[in-house]
Amino acid sequence: MQHGKRGPAFWFLGAFFCLFVLFLYGPTLTILILSFQGPSGGLTFPMNGVSVHWFKNLFEKQMVGDFAGSLQRSMILGAATMVVTVIASFSAGLAFRTRFRGSGTIFYLAIASLIVPSILISLGIGLLFRVLGWDPAWYSSAFGAHLTWTLPFGLLIMFAVFNRFDRRYEEAARDLGATSWQTIRHVVVPILLPSLIGVGLFGFTLSYDEFARSLYTAGTFNTLPLEIYGMTTNVTTPVLYALGTVTTGVSFAVIAVALLSVMWLRRRRARHGSDAGKAA
Amino acid sequence: MSRVKLWITYLQVAPLALVFLLFLIVPIATIVVVSFFDYNTTQIIPAFLLQNYEELLLSPVTWRTYQQTIQFAVITWALTLVIGFTVAYFVAFYVRSPTMQTVLFLICTIPFWTSNVIRMISWIPFLGRNGLANTTLMNLGLIRQPLEFLLYSDFAVVLAYVHLYTLFMVVPIFNSMMRIDRSLLEAARDAGASGWQTLWNVILPLCKPGIAIGSIFIVTIVMGDFVTVRMMSGGLSASVGLMMANAMSLLQYPAAAANAVVLLLVVLLIVAAMMRLVDIRKEL
Repeated sequence: MQHGKRGPAFWFLGAFFCLFVLFLYGPTLTILILSFQGPSGGLTFPMNGVSVHWFKNLFEKQMVGDFAGSLQRSMILGAATMVVTVIASFSAGLAFRTRFRGSGTIFYLAIASLIVPSILISLGIGLLFRVLGWDPAWYSSAFGAHLTWTLPFGLLIMFAVFNRFDRRYEEAARDLGATSWQTIRHVVVPILLPSLIGVGLFGFTLSYDEFARSLYTAGTFNTLPLEIYGMTTNVTTPVLYALGTVTTGVSFAVIAVALLSVMWLRRRRARHGSDAGKAA
Repeated sequence: MSRVKLWITYLQVAPLALVFLLFLIVPIATIVVVSFFDYNTTQIIPAFLLQNYEELLLSPVTWRTYQQTIQFAVITWALTLVIGFTVAYFVAFYVRSPTMQTVLFLICTIPFWTSNVIRMISWIPFLGRNGLANTTLMNLGLIRQPLEFLLYSDFAVVLAYVHLYTLFMVVPIFNSMMRIDRSLLEAARDAGASGWQTLWNVILPLCKPGIAIGSIFIVTIVMGDFVTVRMMSGGLSASVGLMMANAMSLLQYPAAAANAVVLLLVVLLIVAAMMRLVDIRKEL
């Protein structure tokens, strides 16, 4: 299987894989193309000319609700979720390396947070705020709701990372007289930086795209996915696709920045891998 | 372990624990409490009634909705399992260079970090009445009239589920496959096993934990879904999530809460059954 010639199985599976990728990306590519539809064009092919009419339309406030505002809110919320997810997951990952009372409970809570349907979290937080007489808002209740989705991913990634982490680096740092804070700051964090970027990617993108958990928690002002969802029911022009293109563009930019910085860190590490003989 | 160290450990885990306490445990507890409340058209009234559950469980609509939701879950599970396993199998065993494996794996996972709502919208130009699928089929002379069932139907719902969630199967199964000791496959071949026999008797059993994790994701997501059903069926299909959302929009919060409790119990039962097959903590 691993060796020898590539038989018919390889070509069959390869073709299957290509079809799967086409299935994954095809529709997104289609709306990317259709978002450049001419001013008189509709929701489906053929293209009636090529223009950026629908993108302009998108940024005119009265046409499609509050696109700019919801984009801004989703960006801020995503960034805040990212920061908290990275810090809380990393710090919890450190804690979980020692057995402590309640570690099992917290682990199972994280799993529960992943598998309890999103709509129940949304409903629960919405009801809680209602019972308490508080107004739900995107920066309070929705923020918490998003964290219940991103933190389990962060924690599980940190588990996987710390399981492969060589503790001798820390011991070496300690033997050289580093305090525990210095060890974390100058040894652990730099070694784990690529994984922390990965956790940050999860934190931002999952929050930025979250729909169900925002539904009853966002309050008066919509986040972007809620705004888009609202548009699907009453907008029947390619402006919908322009919105899709912009949103997906933001996601891809974030993914690209994350992947490129991980690659850059790896390459730099390969170059400066050993600092033997370069004592400061 | 010294006292100070123990305190540091607790401090380190505190932010995480606090979020789960405030935004997971307390809200779920609120749902349970509210599910026993009374309500009228304008407000909810604290009480201890079983009426919400009675109305829910005695209504044939509830049973039909649960049946349809479970049906969606089973169909989606079967499709994502077959597709996800095949895709992971190709990347794990047929792609030789590790760099290429990483690249292909990333290609499969990148959509996970983009918007689900947009990915659903992107089916409109394909499946709509004048969409690509209908136009192509008509041009080929295979059909005379546009197929109406493509968009806004159960078919579209399942298609969207498979499109959105197959990667929840691919990732854990791929992870399991990459941990399989390659010498086992060699041993199987040396012992005279054919490709199929190796797949069936060696690889598949070793992928069970990955399959179980993927299945848990798929089943819980589909069971709790409401936006996919709403968007892809155009309101023609029902799901438990949609039923709850409808109750919420009518301000019948206690009714929605009772339904939420029932849904949670059903999902937890299914997950508990699957967890018996796998120790998740060993998989990281």
